[in-house]
Amino acid sequence: MPSKKNQAPTTPAPAADEPDGPPPPEPVPPVQVLYCAVCSYPPEYCEFGSSLTKCKEWIKETHPDLYEKYYSEDALTSKVGTLSLEAQAKLEKEAAKKEAKAEAKADAALKKKLASQVTIKRIERNKRKHVTSIHGLEAFGVDLKKAAKQFSSKFATGASVTKDVQGRDEIVVQGDVSYEIVEMIEAEAGVLKGIPPDKVDVVEEKKKKGGD
Amino acid sequence: MFKKFSPSADIAGQTPVKSSVQRAIRAAVLSQWKIEPETLEAIWPKKEGLVHVKCREHVSIYTVHGEPIIIQHFDGPYYPTLRLVHKYPYILPKVGVDRGAIRFLLAGAPMMCPGLTSKGGYLPPADAALPAGAPVVIHAEGKEHAVGIGVTKMGTEDMRRINKDVGVELITYLGDELWALKSL
Repeated sequence: MPSKKNQAPTTPAPAADEPDGPPPPEPVPPVQVLYCAVCSYPPEYCEFGSSLTKCKEWIKETHPDLYEKYYSEDALTSKVGTLSLEAQAKLEKEAAKKEAKAEAKADAALKKKLASQVTIKRIERNKRKHVTSIHGLEAFGVDLKKAAKQFSSKFATGASVTKDVQGRDEIVVQGDVSYEIVEMIEAEAGVLKGIPPDKVDVVEEKKKKGGD
Repeated sequence: MFKKFSPSADIAGQTPVKSSVQRAIRAAVLSQWKIEPETLEAIWPKKEGLVHVKCREHVSIYTVHGEPIIIQHFDGPYYPTLRLVHKYPYILPKVGVDRGAIRFLLAGAPMMCPGLTSKGGYLPPADAALPAGAPVVIHAEGKEHAVGIGVTKMGTEDMRRINKDVGVELITYLGDELWALKSL
């Protein structure tokens, strides 16, 4: 009996080191990674992005300690590290070029947005039956599928997203609803937000007569 | 793989995954990644269904709550997404590239051997050598976080010896169009 008693405390002893045999299952917490709000990269990769100056400003304002870490003088010198000066200069030049390119691209996109128009077209289908097609909503950041769904439930007719002959996306609504759609855009109903009414154009397309 | 990827054109459909298939995926992921079951449970709770997003060219993305977690090409190994790797950097073996290669990596180029074997690069030591076709996390010289997920094109020892041509092919990288998608 005493021998058994002696054994009894020895067996739980090693288990006490590792509580409950296998260690309690604890999920490893994820590493919290900060992403740059401008280019979405982790800030250490901003220098390779196409908006370095903006990223720099952002990080200087929001995380001055990190700015110190990545862009202070000695950080820059240590960064050069294994690269030769020549290669470094080339890299910087390329980065500047890339940035300028990206800016030009963004400018062009903005211009395009300013120039873009929404065209609402009434197409005669069959003498007194019409369909309405809407072009160019996507330039204003409208989700075409959602917009089509909204039209179909509002007018209780079919509305679908299709591609026209030129391959552009358009919404086709059954029935003549062109003026109602203009009203909806003016009232900014549902997903149709941020479309200036003066950019909306209503046109009519008549079917060509077959006899001519 | 995801240099060009637009959800409207490239996604063929989304379907919830059958629970038996989910079990198989879970087991496979646990055996392929260096991850504890508990941690995987925290990323992808058993109760939450996995959603299979089918893309063109046999690429599958699995999402939890719309957030991409796992990528698979055809029947190949499972790759984590880059955002997941940022959170759990140890789940795949890592390789490193030197500073000169980062620029090319961010443009989507495969990683050439010299970039991995040079002073700034990193390859696993000989006793932990990787065979060809192993998923790896690509780190960059002087950077804390991973820059891409890749798959080795030749064994790491071969990379040291041959030191030429493509060493690691990219699956997904920082700034590609999958990165731009936070949710599907």
